[in-house]
Amino acid sequence: MPYARDLKSIRRLIAAHKRWDLVFACCGVLALMVGLLTFIALFVDMAIDGVPRLNWDFFTNFPSRHAAQAGILSAWVGSCLVMLVTAFVAVPLGVGAGLYLEEYAPKNWVTDVIEINVTNLAGVPSIVYGLLALGVFVYQFGFGQSILSAGFTLALLILPVVIVATREAIRSIPVGIREAAYALGATQWQVCKDHIIPYSSAGILTGVIIGMARAIGETAPVITIGALTFIAFLPPSPIKAEPPFLSFEWLTSPFTVMPIQMFNWTSRPEAAFLQNAAAAGFVLVLLTLAMNGFAIWLRYRLRKNIKW
Amino acid sequence: MKLKFLVQALAFSSVAIVAQSAFAQQIVKIDGSSTVYPVTEAVAEDFQKAKKNAIKVTVGISGTGGGFKKFCRGETDISNASRPILKSEMVECAKAGIEYIELPVAFDALTVVINPKNTFIKQLTVAELKKIWEPGAQNKVMKWKDVNAQWPDQPMKLFGPGADSGTFDYFTEAVVGKSKSSRGDFTASEDDNVLVQGVSRDVNGLGYFGYAYYVENKDKLKAVPIVNEKGQAVLPSLDAVIAGTYTPLARPIFIYVSAKSLAKPEVKEFVQYYMTHGAKLSKEVKYVPLPDKAYAVSWEHVMKGKKGTVFGGTAEVGVTIEELLKREAKL
Repeated sequence: MPYARDLKSIRRLIAAHKRWDLVFACCGVLALMVGLLTFIALFVDMAIDGVPRLNWDFFTNFPSRHAAQAGILSAWVGSCLVMLVTAFVAVPLGVGAGLYLEEYAPKNWVTDVIEINVTNLAGVPSIVYGLLALGVFVYQFGFGQSILSAGFTLALLILPVVIVATREAIRSIPVGIREAAYALGATQWQVCKDHIIPYSSAGILTGVIIGMARAIGETAPVITIGALTFIAFLPPSPIKAEPPFLSFEWLTSPFTVMPIQMFNWTSRPEAAFLQNAAAAGFVLVLLTLAMNGFAIWLRYRLRKNIKW
Repeated sequence: MKLKFLVQALAFSSVAIVAQSAFAQQIVKIDGSSTVYPVTEAVAEDFQKAKKNAIKVTVGISGTGGGFKKFCRGETDISNASRPILKSEMVECAKAGIEYIELPVAFDALTVVINPKNTFIKQLTVAELKKIWEPGAQNKVMKWKDVNAQWPDQPMKLFGPGADSGTFDYFTEAVVGKSKSSRGDFTASEDDNVLVQGVSRDVNGLGYFGYAYYVENKDKLKAVPIVNEKGQAVLPSLDAVIAGTYTPLARPIFIYVSAKSLAKPEVKEFVQYYMTHGAKLSKEVKYVPLPDKAYAVSWEHVMKGKKGTVFGGTAEVGVTIEELLKREAKL
């Protein structure tokens, strides 16, 4: 019977297709697992080596030639201060550029060229930013080998990420919102200030924090501009007892950052320093995860406040 | 608004933690070789403690060459160097008007290591090392028997530092006769721990690196006695280096102090501290200290302002420390 044979062949066809589905799903899971398991294996290995070394002293001690007394105080303070400068520079510049490109810029070939370049900049190796910064910030602007230079360098590095995130966030705002505002006589700036920026801030902040999470792990550009390896003092305090109470002297202070401290420890002959390196790496990964977690939480919170 | 407050609070708290140290900024800036780094770091650490943090010391690692670049631009007070200053660097310094005093601070004994299970290598001559490492050996000397007919028919696995390192420069100079001239088909790493791992895991491994890395990994590696020009096979050790029998692989390491910076009391104090405590501290970080007299003579040179290098801008192999200190220095 032709009908029955047909049904059989149809079933076979369906079965074959389902097999392919399964094969692809397995490949997908496998691909996912390679990345995920590698990370987990590395992280667990690092945690096993490093966690026993973590204690209060590890965070409050300066580097030392005695592995047991060595700590990451100058490294984590340096990392935090550099990140602070990075955020202060990258956010206004990135958001400003993104806002302009999305809301103000005329749609012509110049804008297109700029857009392509901004996207491509995100793929430039970080060492290139380091070399650029060495020439421009350290020598040309005379910032020296300071926290300020490092902050600017890393800001430059994450600027493309911030710009792209800003534009994505702005694009997701319905056109109706803008048109409604314009209809009520708002100027372009009023629309941006009262609607575009507040509504896109969740996406922007996420982009900023993801950029910062990348920047905090960067070593190459920071070494290029002259971060130090041994530094057993903290930058001068930004808060003074006498007026005007605030001081920006710390911006010009020499510094080191976590990845450099870690790298130095991994290249030491004594095995105990490898343990220190693992502990520092563990802290760094936790810091990055915490930043990403914070980004997710922020996005969730800010989204909740938007009422369209 | 809550968010704004949160961001402010975060910024404020990260800033408040730093609110500890605010003294007058007296900073001694040091940069340069990673080989000299452990010694200088140890001195810097103890010096800062001895001065109750009134004087601050920073030490960076940018390699001997990178260090001299900054030094000759006048950015650092002291430069760590695992080899003497080169002609080209002398020219740079002269252009910028930077004068310097060259101070040997310790010895590093380059150690040739093999796997502990390797029983056929009892010693190595410089000629044998040359046979193994010279550029012509590439693709030709691949098995042990190619070096010495009595050795087994097994492939050699070679490990060595990368081409940017002063250790590589010195080893090639001492063994092959020309700095940076080496075969290229070996596992190279700037991280000596990678070399330690490599040799300790491969029965046919052979590598070379600084003495400190061997001392810390004695259970995993075997050092090879090197036959010196007198025909004695000598194992690297503190005594052998001081006695001058571990040649040609023992080399002095240096600090270069800018004459201009030496006028600053904090730099002078630091150098004095280095010269008085250098012996003890270099021993502690597993380097070979110079004889006590050498530090005293070096300090005398500082006081008298003996500027320049005694090497004339070229690399030299197997000079004893007494010889070095007696020589006339030139800028």
